[in-house]
Amino acid sequence: MSNVLFDVPGPKARMRHRLMAVLGIVVVVAILTYIVYRFYDSGQFTARKWQWLQYAQVQRDLVTALLATVKAFALGAVLALVFGAIFAAGRLSDHAWARGISTFIVEFFRAIPLLILMFLFYYGAPALGVTLPPFAAVVLGLTLYNGSVLAEVFRAGIQALPKGQSEAAYALGMGKTQVMTLVLIPQAIRSMLPTIISQLVVLLKDTALGFLVTYPELLYYARYIGSQGAFSRPIVPSTIVVAAIYIALCLLLTALANFIERRQRRSKKHVETERPPATEDVVGVA
Amino acid sequence: MDVLLDNLDLYGPFFWTTIKLFLISGVASLIFGTFLAGLRVSPVPVFRAIGATYVTLLRNTPLTLVFVFLVFAYPLLEILELSYFTAAAVALTIYTSAFICEVVRSGINTVPVGQAEAARALGLTFSQILGQIVLPQAIRSVVPPLMSTLIGMLKNTTIAAGFSVTEAGAIRQYLSERGDNQLIGLLWVALGFIILVAILSFAQRALERRWSVAR
Repeated sequence: MSNVLFDVPGPKARMRHRLMAVLGIVVVVAILTYIVYRFYDSGQFTARKWQWLQYAQVQRDLVTALLATVKAFALGAVLALVFGAIFAAGRLSDHAWARGISTFIVEFFRAIPLLILMFLFYYGAPALGVTLPPFAAVVLGLTLYNGSVLAEVFRAGIQALPKGQSEAAYALGMGKTQVMTLVLIPQAIRSMLPTIISQLVVLLKDTALGFLVTYPELLYYARYIGSQGAFSRPIVPSTIVVAAIYIALCLLLTALANFIERRQRRSKKHVETERPPATEDVVGVA
Repeated sequence: MDVLLDNLDLYGPFFWTTIKLFLISGVASLIFGTFLAGLRVSPVPVFRAIGATYVTLLRNTPLTLVFVFLVFAYPLLEILELSYFTAAAVALTIYTSAFICEVVRSGINTVPVGQAEAARALGLTFSQILGQIVLPQAIRSVVPPLMSTLIGMLKNTTIAAGFSVTEAGAIRQYLSERGDNQLIGLLWVALGFIILVAILSFAQRALERRWSVAR
């Protein structure tokens, strides 16, 4: 579409575009230079502010914090997928009560901010006599919120499959469970895999909310090291380093999603479905 | 019920701050996001690259990190002093704009090619085509995803609680200082958000009905 919005530029337009390109570059460079200058002027680039990266202990702690993030992500992702599968099955069930309960739970957890969910488990649960560690609060929150979104993704994937698939399976004498597990789910998962992975990117970013319920993950550590007077409070350098790590992790996952999507487009082994835009799929919380 | 009634002086003003935060950052990110979408479809490759870089970077950064940067790191740069509320609004806007941009761009893709071709044949310039022909139709066709992006942003406002903004997410902290039951208090906050989300979903359906484009 974007190439329909304008004509192939002629000599005059090309000149004008070049002029605008130069102008655009100048503006961006000016903004960046100003920011870098502010960084420089306020002493963010002095060696002392970056020294912390050289300490073996700091490096080890940084890796520990990264592992804590990855751990919350991995467990949260697995549980969210399981939760999503169960409640997608519930919403597609033949029994009205199962549909009702599943719809209620999915809609409920999607409407509540993830941070409030984590607060409920971390600060709220003690009122019931249960004290959960921050890790459990983070993982539970991630599971319930992202699991609900994934349930909708799974459901949309199954409903988008051509009707003939299930009709043929029923005609062969399969039961509902068989039709689901042997025919529909394998195809739905293949076609929804890119969407599922982009939801996992959201989940990965959401682990940073653990910072607010004192879960010692990557961002928590960045804030900690950034407030250390011994390193002259390198909060700007530490957020930059952590941002680079987060962006790299997310881009790796996104690259995986794109790779799978490209491979699928090539292979003819799966049914072409029109993927309905899963609501909120990439919006995410954090 | 007691927790709610005893602390109405918290729930009222704090939820009002949430709504203000939502309205300000919502309008700001709609404007900035649409501008970014304009950059991403512009005829100048450099503009497209700038838009794409911005969207890629922001969509892969946790919002909490944007908050940490604006609240703790940015003041050290001594550029312009921001209050906690403004910092939260800025953080939400620069993050949400990246998502709005992608929604608007997908909306631009739904406008039939003939519309832009006809506009080009009439001799309209790129900005005229985009602003008067394509965008009005594009935005009307993406009301649902646009609204769910805004609903996501509404829920994201709670993160500001961790950064000294007295909005709904911060009610818990004040309840704990008063020694009230935090579980019940949080459930009331959750209910508040369910109501706000329901209002937005209702607005979405109403807008969809009124604005749907006949094609």
